[in-house]
Amino acid sequence: MLNETSQLLSDSAEKIFSDHVSKECIVNSEKGVWPKELWNEIVNNGLNLVLVPEALGGVGGSWFDAGILFKAIGRYQAPIPLAENIIAGHLLGLGGIPLPEESIVTILDGDLSISDNKCSGVSKRTPFGSSATHGVAVVVGKNSSQVILLSIPKNSISDDKNLALESRANIDFSDAEIISSSEIDIPSDYILKIGALMRSCQIAGGLEFLLDQSVRYANDRVQFGRPIAKFQAIQQELAVLATHVAASGVAADYASSSMDNGCEDLAIASAKSRVDDAVSICASIAHQVHGAIGFTYEHGLHFSTRRLWSWRAEYGAGSYWAKSLGEKAVASGAEKFWPSITSGKI
Amino acid sequence: MNTPFNFHLTQFSNEAEILRYEVREFLSDALKDISKETRAETWYGADEEFSKKVGKKGWIGLNWPKEYGGAGRSAMERYVILEEMLTAGAPVGAHWISDRQSGPLIIRYGTEKHQKELLPGILKGESYFCIGMSEPDSGSDLAALRTKAEKKDNIYIVNGTKLWTSGAHRCQYMIACFRTSQEEDRHGGLSQFIVDLSLPGITIRPIIDLAGRHHFNEVIFEDAEVPADMLIGEEGNGWNQVTAELALERSGPERYLSSYILLQELVNEFSIRNDDEGVTEIGRQMAHLTTLRQMSVSVAGMLDEGQNPALEASVVKDLGAVFEQELPNIAHRLMGLEPDANGSDFQRYLAILTQISPSFSLRGGTREILRGIIARGLGLR
Repeated sequence: MLNETSQLLSDSAEKIFSDHVSKECIVNSEKGVWPKELWNEIVNNGLNLVLVPEALGGVGGSWFDAGILFKAIGRYQAPIPLAENIIAGHLLGLGGIPLPEESIVTILDGDLSISDNKCSGVSKRTPFGSSATHGVAVVVGKNSSQVILLSIPKNSISDDKNLALESRANIDFSDAEIISSSEIDIPSDYILKIGALMRSCQIAGGLEFLLDQSVRYANDRVQFGRPIAKFQAIQQELAVLATHVAASGVAADYASSSMDNGCEDLAIASAKSRVDDAVSICASIAHQVHGAIGFTYEHGLHFSTRRLWSWRAEYGAGSYWAKSLGEKAVASGAEKFWPSITSGKI
Repeated sequence: MNTPFNFHLTQFSNEAEILRYEVREFLSDALKDISKETRAETWYGADEEFSKKVGKKGWIGLNWPKEYGGAGRSAMERYVILEEMLTAGAPVGAHWISDRQSGPLIIRYGTEKHQKELLPGILKGESYFCIGMSEPDSGSDLAALRTKAEKKDNIYIVNGTKLWTSGAHRCQYMIACFRTSQEEDRHGGLSQFIVDLSLPGITIRPIIDLAGRHHFNEVIFEDAEVPADMLIGEEGNGWNQVTAELALERSGPERYLSSYILLQELVNEFSIRNDDEGVTEIGRQMAHLTTLRQMSVSVAGMLDEGQNPALEASVVKDLGAVFEQELPNIAHRLMGLEPDANGSDFQRYLAILTQISPSFSLRGGTREILRGIIARGLGLR
């Protein structure tokens, strides 16, 4: 069962997304139009603050709460960097820095270096970089890591897009002013890990949409005189789709709640690997059930499948995380294999 | 927009984790002399001496209420015992069914007499039950069963044949589903009985499986006289009683751990060779295992809360069977070794599991039936 905070966040996200994330909204954002109303609603309801500590004016929610929002983003294909903002709020929060007012914050990744309180380097394929006002980076130094907040220099963006036409910008920082910075104690792969958690949850949500949409279509579409849902061949395919959707949801929940318990290495790597496998199976079945219409731009199925195909490769593809799990498993040896599954520690 | 599934994460209590260590300690001693073959068979393997040891520890009927002789502990604690036994390759087959579903059925539907007479033997790991459902013309279509029980004074006269009855040759009792009347509704007129298999008129014949093992049986009833007070539950309510057992039968760790030993052996093999493909595949299967376990544990949690997660149990069983069926193929692909009953440990495990793996998606509900149940849950039928 969801606790009260989780339920409130979940209801609030469902309401905002179902009111504002229309097909028109997604199509427009693919053309580069910023969905202002949607974003304002999100900010007015404080959804971007879920992982910001209460002391910094945030919700002080759990990773499980954040996971619920990540899933909702995936389920509705919401074309905004809410997930990235939530992560940014968390990273800044670790350093005691509040999220800047009226900002759209993204996560920077790449070879960034600090010198004389200025930052230089290129952040590659920055999610929603073209619409972000600020970026958060973790710069790993020899002895410590710094979380830094930068504003995005609009004239140094070279925008690229993922399959779903979401911005993935390369941003060139040269002696950029650091707005705030703070030393934090996190492992060097921390962003990769929480990024994988974020995308795993979004994928789990996107897969739920595929199931919902495919069931609806099968019940509506009539061939040979009856809804195709009545054919056993279709029923069996959709049942398989459903099992992988269920597994992905559990894998994502396990990852986010393990993060809350501070024992997340097995859970996050498992989640990303598991949902990646699920994408291959589920996207294939959903498209097959939809037939030719699902292959058109006009029909909305691809708003989900194109995101899933992109997200599964971000923050380490399933194979990356599977390999990391496998390496740890063989290094620990067969005797420790089962205990690592039951303890979640690897 | 929501899925019809109701999986919530469930965590093990500290007591459960403490129990886990006790079980591991117990097994490291109790399994010393158990052969590789028996270990690979897990719950297909039966060892009465082992079952008695487990009973002595109080680990059978762990979550039954104390008034019935159980330990009154949680279903989650019971789950710990099951998963530790299966992954260690313990020969749990003798008491498995009676602990999992016969005992709980007797507690739920049995008379005081049934409970007093039958539960103590189960708890001690001494009396074993099999399930009499399938028949020659009734496999997936359970409601087609024809074995008749006709009431005459204070007995039922039973005629017919039960098929694929696992372990009947080493059990004292069968929980059988018989037809007690012909009804228009084919789910009506079925009743469950506790049948003492030593009664006259009952013949148990072995059916040898493709691996040459005697696991299945054909159980023939010829004017067998079952005392009327061995009817369990309500006459004519058999269908409902049987379907209520299914969530217990379909979601446990035995539904995805049957080939576990192969994965552990692969970890062993690839710790001494440098092979990215193998290592990645191990990690991938580890991710599947981790997820399945969370799903299965979630169903155990729902059962503990008194819900009936039949749909979720079907999801676990279907995914679990795909997983445990795939492992022998993955082991083959990565190792390229011939399965060989007289070969290395790995080859012996592979020989057994490759051969018994087809049964994983047959026993306890075929893949197609499970997917049909899931499709119904999705509103497709």
